Amino acid sequence: MELSGAQILIDGLKREGVEYIFGVNGGAAMPIFDALYSETDVKLIPMRHEQGASHAADGYARATGNVGVVLATSGPGATNLVTGIATAYMDSIPMVAITGQVFTHYIGSDAFQECDVIGVTRPICKHSYLIKSSDEIADVVAEAFHIAKTGKPGPVIIDIAKDAQMREALFQYPETVDIRGYKPQVHGDPEQIAKAAALIKEAKRPMLYAGGGVVLANASEELRKFTLNTQIPITVTLMGLGAFPETHPLAMEMPGMHGSCCANYAFTDSDLVVAIGARFDDRVTGDLGKFAPNAKKIHIDIDASCIGKNVPVDVPIVGDAKSVLTELNKQVGPADIDPWRAQIQEWKQKYPFEYEQKGDNVMPQYVTEQIYKHFSDAIVVADVGQHQMWAAQYFKFTEPRQWLNSGGLGTMGFSLPAAIGAQLGCPDKTVVNINGDGSYIMTIQELVPAISMKLPLKVFIINNMYLGMVRQWQELFHGKRYSAVDYHDNPDFALLAEAFGATGIRVEHPDDVEPALEKAKGINDGPVVIDFIVDEEENVFPMVPAGAGLGDVIRGLS
Amino acid sequence: MNPEERHIFSVMVENRFGVLARVAGLFSGRGFNIDSLNVAETHDKGISHITLVTHGDAQIIEQIYQHLNRLIDVIEVTDLSTGTHVERELVLIKIATDDPQKRTEILQVAEVFRGRVIDMKPTTLVLEITGDEGKLKAAIDIFNTYGILELARTGKVAMLRGSEKQ
Repeated sequence: MELSGAQILIDGLKREGVEYIFGVNGGAAMPIFDALYSETDVKLIPMRHEQGASHAADGYARATGNVGVVLATSGPGATNLVTGIATAYMDSIPMVAITGQVFTHYIGSDAFQECDVIGVTRPICKHSYLIKSSDEIADVVAEAFHIAKTGKPGPVIIDIAKDAQMREALFQYPETVDIRGYKPQVHGDPEQIAKAAALIKEAKRPMLYAGGGVVLANASEELRKFTLNTQIPITVTLMGLGAFPETHPLAMEMPGMHGSCCANYAFTDSDLVVAIGARFDDRVTGDLGKFAPNAKKIHIDIDASCIGKNVPVDVPIVGDAKSVLTELNKQVGPADIDPWRAQIQEWKQKYPFEYEQKGDNVMPQYVTEQIYKHFSDAIVVADVGQHQMWAAQYFKFTEPRQWLNSGGLGTMGFSLPAAIGAQLGCPDKTVVNINGDGSYIMTIQELVPAISMKLPLKVFIINNMYLGMVRQWQELFHGKRYSAVDYHDNPDFALLAEAFGATGIRVEHPDDVEPALEKAKGINDGPVVIDFIVDEEENVFPMVPAGAGLGDVIRGLS
Repeated sequence: MNPEERHIFSVMVENRFGVLARVAGLFSGRGFNIDSLNVAETHDKGISHITLVTHGDAQIIEQIYQHLNRLIDVIEVTDLSTGTHVERELVLIKIATDDPQKRTEILQVAEVFRGRVIDMKPTTLVLEITGDEGKLKAAIDIFNTYGILELARTGKVAMLRGSEKQ
């Protein structure tokens, strides 16, 4: 049957099981939006800015594990997606970004709203396609979804010329996809896995270091089994939080710059680090010269280029975390490491995350603790900055995909739109958005679609009237020269929420924190925004200063 | 810093627009250098062969290899420096031959390098010389003493010897 290119695209998306497309309409994408107008299986979610649309698709993907889909027009529509695509790329989130392109005969002529989106996005996507003819669309859609969700997931861009959207072609959707240059290695090499098992048996001070790859591979169950089998202490990175329950005695909590002292000391003293779907990011390792100096390293990763990139590895295992852990689980037993476990427990007890109450101020950590107390089962979508670190520290995550944040690119403005995507993807869950005053206002416009759709989002702003993390660095490393971080001129976010049409609550006293959260719990016909006016100059501790070793962590409190 | 080594990569890629940009972008985005690059269609119209010469320490070379492999349009990557291989490069050299004495001399030198004259005008000639890196360097050094007007090289092309699997 002959269909328009736009219709072929939509039918392809249906074949891929797409539920939602997040988008902003515009000239070069109009035929696709037109095809979506009468579409019921694939629901179009109009957002207010393309960046918001891209984060919403990303949040949907993170919460559900499905591919997130975003749609924008050419030129500025496409360039507005760039931050969202880069965000997804850095955290390996499966996404398909569809952009309209000018008519084929205008391509390269500096036509109105023309931009070489393939060129612009080349370094920040897993793959990309420029489609100039309608008969290419079906094959490309199938390939794009295959690439986005297999191997190390990532964003794929499909740029479609307007005439290719309009012209008709035969709809023949490929049953299978076979790309000769793309064969992700799922199963680890058995010899390497045996070597790893042997090292694990010998180790006296072993630790597990699990990252976002475990969540992406849906390998949380296998990780739990592995940890419980071996009884080896585990630290889970910012991207992996929830892959192993932080409430478990073996959990050392998050490592790195603002991680737990316990995890950081463990790295420094360990004799074997087993990295699973983690990439030895600089925010985790600190000074590489001082990182886990006495430890052999086993590195399990689906991406061969990630292994040995930052840290020399003794046993590399290229493969999917789920598959490799399943094999490893057959070969390991309880580790005989009582003294080491006792040492870990001592650090854990001695150096918990802690803070000091300052007068009558609302302490940001207190707010976070209370959010955890009242919403412990919620999906938490954090933005980027101090509030993100406090949320990671004080909220104890127990399930994978319960914690969503832009860990790699560190994109401010990510969380509100991502929370929209998460809520649509998980309608039965409570979605809590923990935001900062700086990051909230970067994508505040996305409150509009949340209100229109009556999404019961809990938007909690940890408002210290500063770009807090930068202010903290200025305080510590720039002689308190608070350049361009003073946000006291922000509007009253509670009043502003009301003006948008949401419920707004302002909290200025510690006694009002819990009642406000309880009230928020009861509002389920739309978003509620609580503006927590917190202590202005509270810092995030512990902290490993940039360039220092993990052993040199500043605990903050004497 | 570990010692730097030159490596020759043979890269089979899909013959599509944009593939070279992806390969080149991988280098520019990471600050790695390409010393020489040759791209052309193979006997299979769907596949192009890239011969790429680069340098770096062992870790950088490993990264280059892995990142090339990671590109969807890359079908196969071989680091030829790890096996026995043959390599050739072709250079075109245009030299001024304003006096006949000099022309004779240049033609004699060209003989030594098994160069071929592919264009001759009253005041210039163009030589074609094929060889490995050492031979071309020697030839260029000598002809430079006669005054090279223009020079163009193909960049290295290379493959593994015998039946070693590509």
